[in-house]
Amino acid sequence: MNKLTKLFITFVSAITLTLASISSSFAKVEGDYIVLGSAISLTGKYSSNGVHTQNGYNMAVDRINKMGGVEVQGKKYKFEIIYYDDESNPKRAAQLAERLIKQDGVHYMLGPYSSGLTKAIAPVTEKYKIPMVEANGASRSLFTKGYKYLFAVLSPANQYLEVAIDLAVEKNGGKGVRIAQAFEQDAFSQDVRLGILDAAKRTGSEIIIDDKLPKELNDMAATLAKVKATKPDVLVVSGHTKGALTAIRQISEMKVDVPMLAMTHCDAAKLSKQHGKKSEYALCASQWHKNLSYKDKFFGTGKKYDADFKKEFGYAPPYQSAESSAALLVFKDAFERANSFDRDAVRDALKTTEMQTFYGNIKFGPGGQNTAKPMILFQVRCKGDDCENKVVAPTKWASDKFYHPIPKWSERS
Amino acid sequence: MDFLIFKAPMLMVQASLDGILLGILFALIAYGMALQWGVMNIINIAQGDLVILGGYIAYTMYLAGIHPAWGVIVSPIIMFFVGWALYKLVINKVVDRDLFISILATFGIAIVFQQLMNFIFGADVVVAQSEYGTTMLFDNSVTLPNSKIFSAVISVLYAIALVIYMKKSRLGRAIRATAQNARAAKILGVDTEKVYAATFGINAALCGIAGALISITLTLHPYVGLPYTVRSFMIVIVAGLGNLPAVAVSGMGLGLFEEFADYILGTEFRIGAVFMLLVFILVYRRFKLSKKREYLK
Repeated sequence: MNKLTKLFITFVSAITLTLASISSSFAKVEGDYIVLGSAISLTGKYSSNGVHTQNGYNMAVDRINKMGGVEVQGKKYKFEIIYYDDESNPKRAAQLAERLIKQDGVHYMLGPYSSGLTKAIAPVTEKYKIPMVEANGASRSLFTKGYKYLFAVLSPANQYLEVAIDLAVEKNGGKGVRIAQAFEQDAFSQDVRLGILDAAKRTGSEIIIDDKLPKELNDMAATLAKVKATKPDVLVVSGHTKGALTAIRQISEMKVDVPMLAMTHCDAAKLSKQHGKKSEYALCASQWHKNLSYKDKFFGTGKKYDADFKKEFGYAPPYQSAESSAALLVFKDAFERANSFDRDAVRDALKTTEMQTFYGNIKFGPGGQNTAKPMILFQVRCKGDDCENKVVAPTKWASDKFYHPIPKWSERS
Repeated sequence: MDFLIFKAPMLMVQASLDGILLGILFALIAYGMALQWGVMNIINIAQGDLVILGGYIAYTMYLAGIHPAWGVIVSPIIMFFVGWALYKLVINKVVDRDLFISILATFGIAIVFQQLMNFIFGADVVVAQSEYGTTMLFDNSVTLPNSKIFSAVISVLYAIALVIYMKKSRLGRAIRATAQNARAAKILGVDTEKVYAATFGINAALCGIAGALISITLTLHPYVGLPYTVRSFMIVIVAGLGNLPAVAVSGMGLGLFEEFADYILGTEFRIGAVFMLLVFILVYRRFKLSKKREYLK
């Protein structure tokens, strides 16, 4: 090795070391900025919802920073987020979480999109004792592992469609109903299923069809033929956007008549846009709707949030964006109450969160799930080919009448 | 286990018709696979992704206000050139290598296609609307979506056209000659390079038709190609190469098998049952082959 090469190597290592030390000092708080980290699906199969999540985060960061930021020990700080693309891959998400924590020195995390990816990241944040507020992992199993640093602003998956069964029983004069259900075989949908099983037990309802749809399947004809033959009172379907679209397509084509049809992921699937009138009367579980009367001082009401979001991003916010924005409000509130950047102090503050946001009330249960906000149900209603989602349950928030039973296909124009 | 289907005869009719209509569509995809497997000795893992791409072409037309059924004409034309280009770029480099290399190469193509489709068309699940309505039989107790009937009819028509083309046309004869013995065909003046490119193009075109039909009967998503690859692989394994009637029968058989597995074993085992059948058939074939080999020795 000649002298020049040696000199070069020394030079390069010196620079690398300096850079490394800079990046590790790039920690929790930098100057006036509180740095949050998030691995998020910007490419891969969750990329659309990943982008909705990111837009929700960015919207809240802008708004909070513009309105004075976060005040800790008399000093004003602003939020900043470091994003990495997890490619919709749980392994990658876990790696990126490590990287955010160990290399970028992030001390506070925001969640990724989907239950699966949140499940991959939670053990990492737990290991390094990093508080994470997440807005898109609803799977019940996230909240039964005894995680101490995980907080979710959304209602857990098992609550998604329980309200629908209660509603069906109420319409049936308080007597139990006959339920047919089809759920995809993934963590989230199976949690929704558990919720239905609980509700059925509680109300004395009977489950007559209980199909589990493989992930690759995009054909429900067999399930629907069984539904046609057995005539249940309620049909419940949950299988992400694919499940919702397949169900409406085949229910309308096979002319399956059920008095009540309850689903998840209607707005993520853009059901009323893709299927138009065929999706009318479908009952959909949602974390949020713009017409709810919650409010806060940053975003005002849901309607205002909806309008502002449309102005900023050019499309109406799905609930995934709304809940992501709410996560930032929770962090701000926790920092101010903790009045410190100590991770455990922030965590303790998060634990005692009790606040109202435009997205709903937030209070965390022992497992980290939000216990203060009910799920809502909306029903797709159409005027001509123009379809809209109307909130019909729970009764306290209902803006419209719940239409029951669904008219038969032969009576629909 | 559930035996509801045996208590209600109409369910049996419904399941059989659904299975056959679906099976015909599978058979069309499988026929493309059998063709290029037979001619080029390549197992195309990207088969299902070509199908989905064909579907997205029809979907794009639908978004532009054109009825998606026209996709069954436009999509194969575009897909033919996609297949041709794919051959020139990648496949010609692996065509006379061993099977493992070609499987790897087409697996790579599959991943690239998935990511590209995700990039261009987004990760949302989409459907195109044909508004074809429904045929009701037996007093509304058996319902058949007209879109499914349409897709079966189109599949059959294209399959017949292809058989005639392979029998009568010059290129068809060249393709068959190459399949029988590539070297001999070459010596006799067949431009095998061109034959390979055309075969791969025809396969992609068949996938394009199937994709357009899937866009109006089922749903599209960049990552749902693999089940179509597996199904067509299986149909070909059962039917053997270069035997269209057998492919059609085996396709319908698979469709029926899937539907009945769904009713009897439960929906959760539907795809699993297909894989189980695949394993069973492979083992059985091996067993049969080993017997044959014995007396050949």
